[in-house]
Amino acid sequence: MIKVEDLHKSFNGLEVLRGASFHVAKGELLALIGRSGYGKSVLLKHVPGLIRPDRGRVQVDGKDLGTLKGAELEKMRSRFGFVFQNGALFDSLTIFDNVAFPLKEKTNLSGTEIRKRVLSILDEVGLSGAENKYPAQISGGMVRRAALARSLVRNPEIMLFDEPTTGLDPIIGHAILNLIGSCHQRFEFTGILVTHEIPRAFEVVQKVAMLHEGKILMVASPQGILSSTDPIVHQFITGSIEGPIQYH
Amino acid sequence: MIIVLVKKLGAISLFGLRVTGRMGVFLAMTLTYAITPPLKFSRVLQQIRFIGFQSTLVIFLTGAFTGLVLGFQGFYTLNRFGSTALLGPMVALALIKELGPVLSALMVTGRAGSAMTAEIGIMRITEQIDALKLMGLNPFRYLVVPRLLACIICLPLLSSIFNVVGIFGGYIIGVRVLGVGEGNYFEEMANYVEMKDILIGIYKSLSFGVLITWVCCYKGYYTEYGAEGVSKATTQAVVLSSVLILVWDYFMTSMLF
Repeated sequence: MIKVEDLHKSFNGLEVLRGASFHVAKGELLALIGRSGYGKSVLLKHVPGLIRPDRGRVQVDGKDLGTLKGAELEKMRSRFGFVFQNGALFDSLTIFDNVAFPLKEKTNLSGTEIRKRVLSILDEVGLSGAENKYPAQISGGMVRRAALARSLVRNPEIMLFDEPTTGLDPIIGHAILNLIGSCHQRFEFTGILVTHEIPRAFEVVQKVAMLHEGKILMVASPQGILSSTDPIVHQFITGSIEGPIQYH
Repeated sequence: MIIVLVKKLGAISLFGLRVTGRMGVFLAMTLTYAITPPLKFSRVLQQIRFIGFQSTLVIFLTGAFTGLVLGFQGFYTLNRFGSTALLGPMVALALIKELGPVLSALMVTGRAGSAMTAEIGIMRITEQIDALKLMGLNPFRYLVVPRLLACIICLPLLSSIFNVVGIFGGYIIGVRVLGVGEGNYFEEMANYVEMKDILIGIYKSLSFGVLITWVCCYKGYYTEYGAEGVSKATTQAVVLSSVLILVWDYFMTSMLF
């Protein structure tokens, strides 16, 4: 369903992606792992066309996102849900209005129907009772849940998660990952999860891709990654200071 | 030494060209989306409330004090030539053709333009603009076009309020304080102020509306990262808009006279 081919991207002469390629089949949830600051979020943002590659392409159902423009691109993007690292909730709107926003703007649903759907999805992510609060009045974990609810409320076919557990304590982080896993089973979306939660995130994904030096070094099942003998993958998974990955 | 200088000049010229080109594309896209449906009427109304209605007090105050000062200055200058009867037209023409449109545009830049840059800038750095895109919404239609239309609608109205209040300010000083004949003040104004003068003021206000939205939204949309980036963008937006308002006013005045 999602096919990333030979992506190259540089910022001010710094090469971030050097030919990253992988694919995600329909209904599959893939974890994208790799060192901090080495292009995972940049790679993820290429998928819905938020960043244009210098070379290479991203295809969704055979359609090259680089060739889409205007209304066609907007239509394609509305198939995506994206949970940003900090939630990216609209800070001037309440949690209810944030979640209702895409429905109000992109559907012809009645006010009653929107209210019903929003309250139901908020209940599903465990945010019942917080609907009248503003993003600044709730905790980091609740912000991620609200962001997840806002993305899921339109039943997107593809969900992208950009480090949804960063900055959260281990218990809340685990709860968010479980929530992603249960939502994946319930909504059956195709997804990519950028994460550092190893091995916890592996419980909810079917496939893991490791980004190293701008390329996908390995794509395997969670078990395959955990038992990999590749020295780079092994060092990264075990978090060892000794090994081929040099830390500066 | 000369090569280094030429290189620097070249780099500055290229940067200038790149920014000008990007600003041109931004304006062209905004205008294209403004004249093609769908239009978010509720967003336009929200912006009219913010840019227009909520600026009325500051426009009222600046208009009043500008009129009061013009009343004094005009009276003492005209008194030297024994023509204080022309105080009304002097105040009215100065306000309608120049001070009304320019000062109200500068006030709107300071009050609403800076807020536009800051709001869009914060939305940019907190990925809210990316979130809009991923909902299949066009950020230009949602964020820029409503502000543009609101500015185009509000600026001529605010400028008109400024003019009316300023003319009454001149009246209070000229007629009530300094003793110019009441009939003279308004009758001479009616004799000297033509429809063309009023239209010049309206044209200026309309173009200032486009200019303020263009610069302030552009600076917010392409803000650099962090709080410092937003602060820098806001300062640049206010300074650039204010300077461009004065420069554009000069060009319009020289073209429309």
